[in-house]
Amino acid sequence: MEDIWSGIAAAFGLIVTLDRDLIDITLRSLQVTLTAVAIGAALGIPLGAWLAVSRFRFRRVTIAVLNALMGLPPVVVGLVVYILLSRSGPFGVFGLLFTPTAMIIAQVIIVTPLVASISHQALREIWADYHDLLISLNTTKWQRIRTITWDARRALLTATLAGFGRAIGEIGAIMIVGGNIDQVTRVLTTAIALETSKGNFALALGLGFILIGLAFLVNLAMHWLSRTEQRGRW
Amino acid sequence: MSTILPLRLAGIEVRRAGRTILGPLDLDVEDSGPLVVLGPNGAGKSTLLRVCHGITHPTKGKADWVVPRAEANLAQAFVFQTPILLRRSALENVMYPLSLRGEGKKAARATAQKMLDDVGLADLATVRASVLSGGEKQKLALARALVTRPEVLFLDEPTASLDGRSTREIETILAGAQSGGTKLMMATHDLGQARRIAAHVVFLLNGQIIETRSAKEFFEGPSTAAAQAFLKGDIVE
Repeated sequence: MEDIWSGIAAAFGLIVTLDRDLIDITLRSLQVTLTAVAIGAALGIPLGAWLAVSRFRFRRVTIAVLNALMGLPPVVVGLVVYILLSRSGPFGVFGLLFTPTAMIIAQVIIVTPLVASISHQALREIWADYHDLLISLNTTKWQRIRTITWDARRALLTATLAGFGRAIGEIGAIMIVGGNIDQVTRVLTTAIALETSKGNFALALGLGFILIGLAFLVNLAMHWLSRTEQRGRW
Repeated sequence: MSTILPLRLAGIEVRRAGRTILGPLDLDVEDSGPLVVLGPNGAGKSTLLRVCHGITHPTKGKADWVVPRAEANLAQAFVFQTPILLRRSALENVMYPLSLRGEGKKAARATAQKMLDDVGLADLATVRASVLSGGEKQKLALARALVTRPEVLFLDEPTASLDGRSTREIETILAGAQSGGTKLMMATHDLGQARRIAAHVVFLLNGQIIETRSAKEFFEGPSTAAAQAFLKGDIVE
Protein backbone atom coordinates (compact mmCIF):
# COMPACT_ATOMS: atom_id res chain seq x y z
CA MET A 1 0.00 0.00 0.00
CA GLU A 2 2.87 2.30 0.87
CA ASP A 3 4.24 1.77 -2.62
CA ILE A 4 1.04 3.04 -4.13
CA TRP A 5 1.06 6.23 -2.07
CA SER A 6 4.70 6.89 -2.88
CA GLY A 7 3.82 6.15 -6.52
CA ILE A 8 1.13 8.79 -6.50
CA ALA A 9 3.53 11.19 -4.80
CA ALA A 10 6.19 10.44 -7.40
CA ALA A 11 3.74 10.99 -10.25
CA PHE A 12 2.64 14.26 -8.70
CA GLY A 13 6.24 15.33 -8.22
CA LEU A 14 7.18 14.53 -11.81
CA ILE A 15 4.23 16.44 -13.16
CA VAL A 16 4.54 19.61 -11.07
CA THR A 17 8.27 19.91 -11.67
CA LEU A 18 7.69 19.32 -15.40
CA ASP A 19 10.45 16.72 -15.31
CA ARG A 20 12.31 16.94 -18.64
CA ASP A 21 12.77 13.20 -19.01
CA LEU A 22 9.12 12.63 -18.25
CA ILE A 23 7.97 15.13 -20.84
CA ASP A 24 10.40 13.64 -23.33
CA ILE A 25 9.18 10.07 -22.97
CA THR A 26 5.52 11.06 -22.71
CA LEU A 27 5.71 13.01 -25.94
CA ARG A 28 7.49 10.10 -27.61
CA SER A 29 4.81 7.69 -26.42
CA LEU A 30 2.18 9.97 -27.89
CA GLN A 31 4.08 10.53 -31.11
CA VAL A 32 4.67 6.83 -31.75
CA THR A 33 1.19 5.66 -30.79
CA LEU A 34 -0.80 8.46 -32.43
CA THR A 35 1.14 8.07 -35.67
CA ALA A 36 0.65 4.30 -35.61
CA VAL A 37 -3.07 4.65 -34.84
CA ALA A 38 -3.53 7.27 -37.57
CA ILE A 39 -1.89 4.97 -40.13
CA GLY A 40 -3.75 1.96 -38.72
CA ALA A 41 -7.10 3.76 -39.04
CA ALA A 42 -6.25 5.00 -42.54
CA LEU A 43 -5.62 1.38 -43.56
CA GLY A 44 -8.06 -0.46 -41.31
CA ILE A 45 -11.24 1.56 -41.84
CA PRO A 46 -11.20 1.37 -45.65
CA LEU A 47 -10.35 -2.32 -45.41
CA GLY A 48 -13.27 -2.92 -43.04
CA ALA A 49 -15.60 -0.94 -45.31
CA TRP A 50 -14.45 -2.75 -48.40
CA LEU A 51 -15.02 -6.11 -46.71
CA ALA A 52 -18.51 -4.98 -45.68
CA VAL A 53 -19.70 -4.04 -49.17
CA SER A 54 -17.85 -6.64 -51.25
CA ARG A 55 -18.80 -10.19 -51.98
CA PHE A 56 -15.97 -12.37 -53.21
CA ARG A 57 -14.82 -15.93 -53.02
CA PHE A 58 -12.56 -15.86 -49.99
CA ARG A 59 -14.44 -13.21 -48.04
CA ARG A 60 -15.28 -15.41 -45.06
CA VAL A 61 -11.73 -16.69 -44.85
CA THR A 62 -10.38 -13.14 -45.08
CA ILE A 63 -12.62 -12.00 -42.23
CA ALA A 64 -11.67 -15.02 -40.11
CA VAL A 65 -7.98 -14.29 -40.70
CA LEU A 66 -8.50 -10.64 -39.85
CA ASN A 67 -10.21 -11.56 -36.59
CA ALA A 68 -7.42 -13.96 -35.77
CA LEU A 69 -4.85 -11.24 -36.46
CA MET A 70 -6.47 -9.15 -33.73
CA GLY A 71 -4.90 -11.52 -31.28
CA LEU A 72 -1.44 -11.27 -32.80
CA PRO A 73 1.11 -11.48 -29.96
CA PRO A 74 3.02 -8.17 -29.94
CA VAL A 75 6.26 -9.88 -28.92
CA VAL A 76 6.16 -11.99 -32.06
CA VAL A 77 5.33 -8.95 -34.20
CA GLY A 78 8.31 -7.21 -32.63
CA LEU A 79 10.54 -10.15 -33.33
CA VAL A 80 9.51 -10.39 -36.98
CA VAL A 81 9.87 -6.64 -37.52
CA TYR A 82 13.25 -6.84 -35.78
CA ILE A 83 14.43 -9.54 -38.18
CA LEU A 84 13.15 -7.64 -41.21
CA LEU A 85 14.78 -4.36 -40.15
CA SER A 86 18.01 -5.77 -38.74
CA ARG A 87 21.13 -5.06 -40.69
CA SER A 88 21.17 -8.49 -42.33
CA GLY A 89 17.41 -8.36 -43.01
CA PRO A 90 15.73 -7.33 -46.28
CA PHE A 91 15.08 -3.77 -45.10
CA GLY A 92 18.35 -3.42 -43.21
CA VAL A 93 19.70 -0.80 -45.59
CA PHE A 94 17.24 1.76 -44.28
CA GLY A 95 18.83 1.62 -40.82
CA LEU A 96 15.47 1.79 -39.07
CA LEU A 97 16.06 -0.62 -36.22
CA PHE A 98 16.06 1.06 -32.79
CA THR A 99 14.34 4.19 -34.11
CA PRO A 100 10.84 5.49 -33.37
CA THR A 101 9.98 4.66 -37.00
CA ALA A 102 10.57 0.97 -36.30
CA MET A 103 8.28 1.23 -33.29
CA ILE A 104 5.59 2.84 -35.42
CA ILE A 105 5.89 0.09 -38.03
CA ALA A 106 5.45 -2.61 -35.39
CA GLN A 107 2.47 -0.86 -33.83
CA VAL A 108 0.80 -0.33 -37.19
CA ILE A 109 0.95 -4.10 -37.70
CA ILE A 110 -0.63 -4.66 -34.29
CA VAL A 111 -3.31 -1.96 -34.58
CA THR A 112 -4.52 -2.29 -38.17
CA PRO A 113 -6.27 -5.69 -37.88
CA LEU A 114 -7.99 -4.55 -34.70
CA VAL A 115 -9.30 -1.34 -36.26
CA ALA A 116 -10.27 -3.15 -39.47
CA SER A 117 -12.13 -5.88 -37.63
CA ILE A 118 -14.11 -3.60 -35.32
CA SER A 119 -14.84 -1.25 -38.23
CA HIS A 120 -16.06 -4.17 -40.27
CA GLN A 121 -18.46 -5.22 -37.52
CA ALA A 122 -19.99 -1.75 -37.34
CA LEU A 123 -20.08 -1.21 -41.10
CA ARG A 124 -21.59 -4.62 -41.78
CA GLU A 125 -24.61 -3.62 -39.73
CA ILE A 126 -25.15 -0.28 -41.42
CA TRP A 127 -24.60 -1.88 -44.82
CA ALA A 128 -27.35 -4.43 -44.06
CA ASP A 129 -29.64 -1.48 -43.26
CA TYR A 130 -28.72 0.53 -46.33
CA HIS A 131 -28.23 -2.29 -48.83
CA ASP A 132 -31.50 -2.15 -50.77
CA LEU A 133 -31.57 1.64 -50.86
CA LEU A 134 -28.00 2.03 -52.10
CA ILE A 135 -28.53 -0.63 -54.76
CA SER A 136 -31.75 1.11 -55.80
CA LEU A 137 -29.93 4.44 -56.11
CA ASN A 138 -27.30 2.95 -58.44
CA THR A 139 -24.40 3.79 -56.20
CA THR A 140 -20.90 2.81 -57.20
CA LYS A 141 -18.84 0.76 -54.76
CA TRP A 142 -16.86 3.85 -53.87
CA GLN A 143 -20.03 5.83 -53.13
CA ARG A 144 -21.31 2.98 -50.95
CA ILE A 145 -18.09 2.89 -48.95
CA ARG A 146 -18.14 6.64 -48.49
CA THR A 147 -21.77 6.70 -47.40
CA ILE A 148 -21.51 3.95 -44.80
CA THR A 149 -18.20 5.14 -43.36
CA TRP A 150 -19.54 8.66 -42.99
CA ASP A 151 -22.82 7.57 -41.43
CA ALA A 152 -21.05 5.15 -39.08
CA ARG A 153 -18.33 7.60 -38.13
CA ARG A 154 -19.02 7.39 -34.42
CA ALA A 155 -18.62 3.63 -34.36
CA LEU A 156 -15.43 4.07 -36.37
CA LEU A 157 -14.12 6.49 -33.76
CA THR A 158 -14.68 3.77 -31.19
CA ALA A 159 -12.75 1.34 -33.37
CA THR A 160 -9.90 3.82 -33.62
CA LEU A 161 -9.90 4.39 -29.87
CA ALA A 162 -9.74 0.64 -29.30
CA GLY A 163 -6.65 0.67 -31.51
CA PHE A 164 -5.21 3.52 -29.47
CA GLY A 165 -5.90 1.63 -26.27
CA ARG A 166 -4.04 -1.38 -27.51
CA ALA A 167 -1.08 0.61 -28.82
CA ILE A 168 -0.52 3.03 -25.93
CA GLY A 169 -0.12 0.25 -23.37
CA GLU A 170 1.83 -2.04 -25.64
CA ILE A 171 5.40 -2.96 -24.70
CA GLY A 172 6.39 -6.31 -26.20
CA ALA A 173 6.96 -5.12 -29.75
CA ILE A 174 8.35 -1.64 -29.10
CA MET A 175 10.78 -2.95 -26.50
CA ILE A 176 12.27 -5.33 -29.09
CA VAL A 177 12.37 -3.03 -32.12
CA GLY A 178 13.00 0.20 -30.18
CA GLY A 179 15.46 -1.08 -27.65
CA ASN A 180 14.40 1.34 -24.87
CA ILE A 181 17.30 3.68 -25.62
CA ASP A 182 17.33 6.75 -23.38
CA GLN A 183 16.44 9.97 -25.29
CA VAL A 184 15.82 7.99 -28.48
CA THR A 185 13.29 5.21 -28.15
CA ARG A 186 12.30 5.22 -24.50
CA VAL A 187 8.57 5.52 -24.01
CA LEU A 188 6.31 5.28 -20.97
CA THR A 189 5.78 1.52 -21.07
CA THR A 190 9.43 0.64 -21.60
CA ALA A 191 10.46 3.12 -18.90
CA ILE A 192 8.04 1.49 -16.46
CA ALA A 193 9.51 -1.93 -17.19
CA LEU A 194 13.02 -0.58 -16.71
CA GLU A 195 12.28 1.20 -13.42
CA THR A 196 10.46 -1.86 -12.10
CA SER A 197 13.41 -4.12 -12.87
CA LYS A 198 15.69 -1.63 -11.13
CA GLY A 199 13.45 -1.78 -8.05
CA ASN A 200 12.31 1.85 -8.41
CA PHE A 201 8.72 1.00 -7.71
CA ALA A 202 7.65 4.52 -6.80
CA LEU A 203 8.93 5.97 -10.05
CA ALA A 204 7.56 3.04 -12.05
CA LEU A 205 4.17 3.47 -10.48
CA GLY A 206 4.30 7.23 -11.00
CA LEU A 207 4.93 6.66 -14.70
CA GLY A 208 2.11 4.13 -14.67
CA PHE A 209 -0.36 6.69 -13.36
CA ILE A 210 0.77 9.16 -15.97
CA LEU A 211 0.22 6.52 -18.66
CA ILE A 212 -3.32 5.88 -17.42
CA GLY A 213 -4.01 9.61 -17.28
CA LEU A 214 -2.71 10.02 -20.81
CA ALA A 215 -4.99 7.27 -22.15
CA PHE A 216 -7.94 8.95 -20.45
CA LEU A 217 -7.06 12.37 -21.80
CA VAL A 218 -6.66 11.22 -25.39
CA ASN A 219 -9.98 9.35 -25.29
CA LEU A 220 -11.78 12.34 -23.84
CA ALA A 221 -10.15 14.70 -26.31
CA MET A 222 -11.17 12.60 -29.29
CA HIS A 223 -14.73 12.33 -28.05
CA TRP A 224 -14.84 16.02 -27.40
CA LEU A 225 -13.42 16.86 -30.81
CA SER A 226 -15.98 14.70 -32.57
CA ARG A 227 -18.78 15.75 -30.21
CA THR A 228 -19.91 12.18 -29.89
CA GLU A 229 -21.84 12.69 -26.70
CA GLN A 230 -23.37 16.03 -27.53
CA ARG A 231 -25.10 15.51 -30.82
CA GLY A 232 -27.53 12.71 -30.73
CA ARG A 233 -27.22 9.01 -30.51
CA TRP A 234 -28.29 6.95 -33.43
CA MET B 1 -43.72 11.42 -71.89
CA SER B 2 -41.72 8.55 -70.64
CA THR B 3 -38.49 7.75 -72.45
CA ILE B 4 -37.85 4.42 -70.76
CA LEU B 5 -41.26 2.69 -70.97
CA PRO B 6 -42.63 0.28 -71.95
CA LEU B 7 -40.96 -2.32 -69.77
CA ARG B 8 -41.19 -5.84 -71.08
CA LEU B 9 -40.84 -8.85 -68.80
CA ALA B 10 -40.32 -12.10 -70.69
CA GLY B 11 -40.20 -15.52 -69.07
CA ILE B 12 -39.40 -14.08 -65.66
CA GLU B 13 -38.89 -16.64 -62.93
CA VAL B 14 -37.44 -16.07 -59.47
CA ARG B 15 -36.40 -19.01 -57.33
CA ARG B 16 -35.06 -18.85 -53.82
CA ALA B 17 -33.88 -21.87 -51.86
CA GLY B 18 -35.35 -24.25 -54.41
CA ARG B 19 -38.81 -22.63 -54.23
CA THR B 20 -40.34 -20.67 -57.07
CA ILE B 21 -41.56 -17.41 -55.58
CA LEU B 22 -42.42 -15.65 -58.83
CA GLY B 23 -43.32 -16.70 -62.35
CA PRO B 24 -42.79 -17.90 -64.87
CA LEU B 25 -44.58 -14.82 -66.18
CA ASP B 26 -44.66 -12.25 -68.97
CA LEU B 27 -45.82 -8.68 -68.47
CA ASP B 28 -45.76 -5.45 -70.43
CA VAL B 29 -45.76 -2.26 -68.42
CA GLU B 30 -47.00 0.50 -70.70
CA ASP B 31 -46.62 4.23 -70.38
CA SER B 32 -50.14 4.89 -69.15
CA GLY B 33 -51.89 5.43 -65.83
CA PRO B 34 -50.89 3.99 -62.45
CA LEU B 35 -50.41 0.24 -62.32
CA VAL B 36 -51.39 -1.50 -59.12
CA VAL B 37 -50.15 -4.97 -58.26
CA LEU B 38 -52.76 -6.65 -56.09
CA GLY B 39 -52.61 -9.89 -54.20
CA PRO B 40 -52.35 -11.43 -50.75
CA ASN B 41 -49.12 -11.60 -48.73
CA GLY B 42 -46.55 -13.87 -50.28
CA ALA B 43 -48.09 -13.60 -53.74
CA GLY B 44 -44.84 -12.18 -55.12
CA LYS B 45 -45.83 -8.51 -55.35
CA SER B 46 -42.61 -7.17 -53.85
CA THR B 47 -40.51 -9.56 -55.88
CA LEU B 48 -42.25 -8.48 -59.08
CA LEU B 49 -41.55 -4.81 -58.33
CA ARG B 50 -37.96 -5.56 -57.38
CA VAL B 51 -37.39 -7.47 -60.60
CA CYS B 52 -38.85 -4.57 -62.60
CA HIS B 53 -36.59 -2.12 -60.76
CA GLY B 54 -33.59 -4.38 -61.18
CA ILE B 55 -32.67 -4.87 -57.53
CA THR B 56 -33.64 -8.54 -57.60
CA HIS B 57 -32.12 -10.59 -60.38
CA PRO B 58 -34.50 -13.12 -61.88
CA THR B 59 -33.37 -16.73 -61.97
CA LYS B 60 -34.65 -16.88 -65.54
CA GLY B 61 -36.01 -14.46 -68.07
CA LYS B 62 -35.39 -10.85 -68.99
CA ALA B 63 -36.73 -7.46 -67.98
CA ASP B 64 -36.03 -4.92 -70.69
CA TRP B 65 -36.72 -1.22 -70.91
CA VAL B 66 -36.62 0.47 -74.28
CA VAL B 67 -33.29 2.04 -73.32
CA PRO B 68 -30.20 0.32 -71.90
CA ARG B 69 -30.43 -0.67 -68.24
CA ALA B 70 -27.92 1.92 -67.01
CA GLU B 71 -29.92 4.73 -68.60
CA ALA B 72 -33.25 3.34 -67.38
CA ASN B 73 -31.95 3.04 -63.81
CA LEU B 74 -31.43 6.78 -63.59
CA ALA B 75 -35.07 7.44 -64.40
CA GLN B 76 -36.56 5.22 -61.67
CA ALA B 77 -36.98 5.29 -57.92
CA PHE B 78 -38.20 2.80 -55.35
CA VAL B 79 -40.06 3.32 -52.09
CA PHE B 80 -39.78 0.39 -49.72
CA GLN B 81 -42.48 -0.92 -47.42
CA THR B 82 -40.30 -0.13 -44.41
CA PRO B 83 -38.60 3.16 -45.23
CA ILE B 84 -34.82 2.89 -45.40
CA LEU B 85 -33.50 6.21 -44.17
CA LEU B 86 -29.91 7.32 -43.89
CA ARG B 87 -28.67 8.14 -40.39
CA ARG B 88 -28.72 11.82 -41.24
CA SER B 89 -31.09 14.76 -41.07
CA ALA B 90 -34.29 14.79 -43.12
CA LEU B 91 -32.84 17.39 -45.48
CA GLU B 92 -29.61 15.45 -45.96
CA ASN B 93 -31.64 12.35 -46.80
CA VAL B 94 -33.36 14.17 -49.64
CA MET B 95 -30.09 15.77 -50.79
CA TYR B 96 -28.40 12.38 -50.99
CA PRO B 97 -29.63 11.18 -54.43
CA LEU B 98 -28.78 14.60 -55.87
CA SER B 99 -25.27 14.49 -54.43
CA LEU B 100 -24.82 11.02 -55.92
CA ARG B 101 -25.56 12.54 -59.30
CA GLY B 102 -22.88 15.12 -58.80
CA GLU B 103 -25.09 18.07 -58.04
CA GLY B 104 -23.41 20.82 -56.00
CA LYS B 105 -24.22 21.13 -52.34
CA LYS B 106 -25.95 24.47 -52.61
CA ALA B 107 -28.20 23.52 -55.52
CA ALA B 108 -28.98 20.15 -53.92
CA ARG B 109 -29.90 21.84 -50.67
CA ALA B 110 -32.31 24.22 -52.41
CA THR B 111 -33.95 21.47 -54.45
CA ALA B 112 -34.25 19.19 -51.42
CA GLN B 113 -35.75 21.96 -49.29
CA LYS B 114 -38.33 22.62 -51.98
CA MET B 115 -39.13 18.90 -52.08
CA LEU B 116 -39.58 18.81 -48.29
CA ASP B 117 -41.97 21.76 -48.60
CA ASP B 118 -43.97 19.82 -51.17
CA VAL B 119 -44.46 16.80 -48.90
CA GLY B 120 -45.15 18.95 -45.84
CA LEU B 121 -41.95 18.23 -43.94
CA ALA B 122 -40.39 21.70 -44.27
CA ASP B 123 -40.33 22.24 -40.51
CA LEU B 124 -38.50 18.99 -39.91
CA ALA B 125 -35.61 19.60 -42.32
CA THR B 126 -32.91 19.62 -39.67
CA VAL B 127 -34.39 16.82 -37.58
CA ARG B 128 -32.64 13.47 -37.64
CA ALA B 129 -34.58 10.98 -39.74
CA SER B 130 -34.48 8.35 -37.00
CA VAL B 131 -36.71 10.36 -34.67
CA LEU B 132 -39.49 10.99 -37.19
CA SER B 133 -42.84 9.22 -36.84
CA GLY B 134 -43.77 6.32 -39.12
CA GLY B 135 -45.82 8.49 -41.45
CA GLU B 136 -43.16 11.20 -41.58
CA LYS B 137 -40.50 8.60 -42.36
CA GLN B 138 -42.44 7.28 -45.31
CA LYS B 139 -43.15 10.79 -46.58
CA LEU B 140 -39.44 11.52 -46.31
CA ALA B 141 -38.62 8.36 -48.25
CA LEU B 142 -41.14 9.45 -50.86
CA ALA B 143 -39.60 12.93 -51.05
CA ARG B 144 -36.18 11.36 -51.55
CA ALA B 145 -37.55 9.12 -54.30
CA LEU B 146 -39.26 12.01 -56.09
CA VAL B 147 -36.46 14.55 -55.82
CA THR B 148 -34.73 13.20 -58.93
CA ARG B 149 -38.02 13.50 -60.88
CA PRO B 150 -38.19 9.82 -61.84
CA GLU B 151 -40.21 8.70 -64.84
CA VAL B 152 -41.21 5.53 -63.04
CA LEU B 153 -41.79 5.26 -59.30
CA PHE B 154 -42.11 1.85 -57.68
CA LEU B 155 -43.96 1.68 -54.38
CA ASP B 156 -43.94 -1.49 -52.32
CA GLU B 157 -46.95 -1.25 -49.98
CA PRO B 158 -45.87 2.23 -48.92
CA THR B 159 -48.78 2.72 -46.53
CA ALA B 160 -49.10 -0.82 -45.16
CA SER B 161 -48.27 0.16 -41.61
CA LEU B 162 -49.65 3.71 -41.60
CA ASP B 163 -52.88 5.19 -40.31
CA GLY B 164 -55.62 6.77 -42.43
CA ARG B 165 -54.34 10.32 -42.27
CA SER B 166 -50.77 9.48 -43.26
CA THR B 167 -52.11 7.24 -46.01
CA ARG B 168 -54.23 10.07 -47.39
CA GLU B 169 -51.31 12.49 -47.29
CA ILE B 170 -49.11 10.02 -49.13
CA GLU B 171 -51.79 9.37 -51.73
CA THR B 172 -52.08 13.13 -52.28
CA ILE B 173 -48.34 13.34 -52.89
CA LEU B 174 -48.58 10.38 -55.26
CA ALA B 175 -51.42 12.03 -57.18
CA GLY B 176 -49.22 15.10 -57.56
CA ALA B 177 -46.33 13.03 -58.86
CA GLN B 178 -48.66 11.20 -61.23
CA SER B 179 -49.97 14.42 -62.73
CA GLY B 180 -46.38 15.63 -62.99
CA GLY B 181 -45.70 12.79 -65.40
CA THR B 182 -44.36 10.05 -63.12
CA LYS B 183 -45.64 6.56 -63.85
CA LEU B 184 -46.63 4.83 -60.60
CA MET B 185 -46.29 1.11 -60.12
CA MET B 186 -47.51 0.11 -56.70
CA ALA B 187 -47.97 -3.11 -54.78
CA THR B 188 -50.75 -3.22 -52.22
CA HIS B 189 -53.21 -5.58 -50.61
CA ASP B 190 -55.45 -2.66 -49.65
CA LEU B 191 -58.42 -2.80 -52.00
CA GLY B 192 -59.63 0.70 -51.19
CA GLN B 193 -56.25 2.11 -52.07
CA ALA B 194 -56.15 0.09 -55.27
CA ARG B 195 -59.55 1.49 -56.29
CA ARG B 196 -58.43 5.06 -55.55
CA ILE B 197 -55.18 4.86 -57.45
CA ALA B 198 -55.20 2.18 -60.13
CA ALA B 199 -55.72 2.64 -63.83
CA HIS B 200 -54.48 -0.89 -64.45
CA VAL B 201 -54.43 -3.89 -62.17
CA VAL B 202 -52.18 -6.91 -62.09
CA PHE B 203 -53.59 -9.58 -59.79
CA LEU B 204 -50.97 -11.95 -58.45
CA LEU B 205 -51.44 -15.22 -56.60
CA ASN B 206 -48.73 -17.68 -55.66
CA GLY B 207 -46.24 -15.96 -57.94
CA GLN B 208 -48.49 -16.18 -60.96
CA ILE B 209 -50.33 -13.40 -62.78
CA ILE B 210 -53.98 -14.38 -62.52
CA GLU B 211 -55.41 -11.31 -64.22
CA THR B 212 -54.09 -8.17 -65.83
CA ARG B 213 -56.78 -5.69 -66.90
CA SER B 214 -57.86 -2.10 -66.67
CA ALA B 215 -58.92 -1.13 -63.17
CA LYS B 216 -62.48 -0.43 -64.26
CA GLU B 217 -62.96 -3.88 -65.75
CA PHE B 218 -61.22 -5.57 -62.86
CA PHE B 219 -63.27 -3.98 -60.14
CA GLU B 220 -66.56 -4.30 -62.03
CA GLY B 221 -66.20 -7.96 -62.72
CA PRO B 222 -63.02 -9.92 -62.55
CA SER B 223 -63.02 -12.97 -64.76
CA THR B 224 -61.39 -15.42 -62.42
CA ALA B 225 -62.84 -17.00 -59.30
CA ALA B 226 -59.72 -16.18 -57.29
CA ALA B 227 -59.96 -12.47 -58.09
CA GLN B 228 -63.69 -12.44 -57.36
CA ALA B 229 -63.05 -14.02 -53.98
CA PHE B 230 -60.24 -11.56 -53.27
CA LEU B 231 -62.50 -8.59 -54.11
CA LYS B 232 -65.23 -9.96 -51.86
CA GLY B 233 -62.75 -10.00 -49.02
CA ASP B 234 -62.42 -13.76 -48.84
CA ILE B 235 -59.07 -15.23 -47.96
CA VAL B 236 -57.51 -16.61 -51.10
CA GLU B 237 -54.60 -19.00 -51.09
